[in-house]
Amino acid sequence: MHVICFIKQVMDPETPTASFKIDSATNAVAPVQGVAPVVNGFDENAVEAALRLKEDHDVTITVISLGKNLVLDVIKKPLSMGADELILLQDDAFEDGDAYSIGYALAMAVKKVGDFDLIICGRQASDTDRGQVALAVAENLGLPAITMAKRVEVKDGKVVVERVRTDGSEIVEAPLPALVTVSNELGEPRYPTLRGIMQAGRKSPTVWTAADIGADPAKLGANGRVVSLSKLFIPEVEGECELIEGENDADAGRKLALKLREAKLI
Amino acid sequence: MADNRGVLVFGEVKDGALTGLAREGVALGLQLAGEAGGQVTAIVIGPDAEAQAKELIASGAQKVYTFESADLADYQPDAYLQVLLKAVETANPKVIVLGQTDTGKDLAPKLAFRLKSSLSMDCVDVTLEDGKLVATKPVYGGNAQGIYESDADLHAVTLRAKAVEALEPDGSRLGEIVALDAPIDESAVRVRVVEVKRQEAEGIRLEDASVVVSGGRGFGGPEPFEQLEELAKVLGGAVGASRAVCDAGWLDHSYQVGLTGKTVTPDLYIAVAISGASQHMAGCSGSKNIVSINKDKDSNIFKESRFGVVGSWEEVLPAFIEMVKELRGS
Repeated sequence: MHVICFIKQVMDPETPTASFKIDSATNAVAPVQGVAPVVNGFDENAVEAALRLKEDHDVTITVISLGKNLVLDVIKKPLSMGADELILLQDDAFEDGDAYSIGYALAMAVKKVGDFDLIICGRQASDTDRGQVALAVAENLGLPAITMAKRVEVKDGKVVVERVRTDGSEIVEAPLPALVTVSNELGEPRYPTLRGIMQAGRKSPTVWTAADIGADPAKLGANGRVVSLSKLFIPEVEGECELIEGENDADAGRKLALKLREAKLI
Repeated sequence: MADNRGVLVFGEVKDGALTGLAREGVALGLQLAGEAGGQVTAIVIGPDAEAQAKELIASGAQKVYTFESADLADYQPDAYLQVLLKAVETANPKVIVLGQTDTGKDLAPKLAFRLKSSLSMDCVDVTLEDGKLVATKPVYGGNAQGIYESDADLHAVTLRAKAVEALEPDGSRLGEIVALDAPIDESAVRVRVVEVKRQEAEGIRLEDASVVVSGGRGFGGPEPFEQLEELAKVLGGAVGASRAVCDAGWLDHSYQVGLTGKTVTPDLYIAVAISGASQHMAGCSGSKNIVSINKDKDSNIFKESRFGVVGSWEEVLPAFIEMVKELRGS
């Protein structure tokens, strides 16, 4: 069975809020000194879901990532977790896209990869928080798609997914080939083993340009987008916190309760 | 909307009841139609579509398409998609509005990419300016917001809960109810929901609670949540948690409040040992009053709190709970 995962390099979402700044000239987040980018957390969950399929199936995992300024040590993490191959889509023509143009580029890359049974990727990227690209790929390739998986199994030519709902979950099925997006409820991605890291170190990613995947330049990047970002800003938080003090922490706790009663909150 | 094409709102039904976001979607539809003309039409699917259509009209919809089906009481991705596509074809709207819900998150992109419309999700503000859609949505886990524009011919948006206030229902509002003729093509149904597992919530549901007490990573393990359970019981509230707590397995993910997880809007939200990462605030910043206990005075949580104590939860929390009990006479 051949599984394809998409991953995206993002700024570390654990970056302290205080150092989060926007460069208004470029309408982008200013890089934070000393904070390395990471693989989008939901995409790591997706790689984990693919690796778990190896327990019952003979699985080959190909990872595809589109982006620029990729840090090789970061983007190779799925290889060190146990994925087999890494393909990087790198071309200025891919830049400044939206879900339409990025979804088209990824779909063209999948076509070039050839036969596959399942595409697994994260429910959304932790930078744009859109959750759209995967479904754009599914539409491009005519695949059935299931979102928000916490469990992914393959049996009898079908993918069987337990999908997260706010009030529980639901079991959803689709015939293969299919696309599934994964949520963090799937569980923590495994840590790379030393052996995995050494094996990943010996592998070089394949790099494809727009021409390599036979993409129509009119459908790529800014040319192919339907939605564009006009402004990025940090919303202002109003209000002022009244800090309750006491002789010691326990006393402050008691005074807080009295304060809440005074304000008729309890 | 120079072409007066109007707005189509997905009147989502969950567990047999019209969702709040369906009514909020109608309110947004009226705003958009008010900016440039056209009417607000809704589409409702399920066994009681007719009754819910009346509710949508009472909330401001001018026309409602119904698709009565006992089989579609719960979300079925491909079947719902087919009905929505038919509704769009019939109503020919300029903008389609869905809620950012379990269903909306799945359905909106499938619908938009099939229709080749623009798509803006999890919006907190949506306007039309000369036919151009301008949508604001939180990005970077809520650290920032992005304003997105599109001059596509057709737009789809999903609306975040409580971003728009629904109209007070008024039974004297008038509207037309039309049964939508949309036979489901079974051969095109590939994605099927075969089972729904609803979590039996003990006590008050997190989303409905007027008081929520949440704990975070600073607890260091599951045990301190017993104290929060006790506090929640005294206050008649529910217990929540940050994502770190749930990812670590201290509590089930059904307790998770945040961008990924539940959105809560209680009168009182008490955050203990929660730093207030944007990811978490996205799920609780709609609370009327946030009260926090954290040992780090620079924690982000204090920025959005009305009252706070800087101190260690090990000392503050038990004394706080004792005093609350005393005040409540329990």
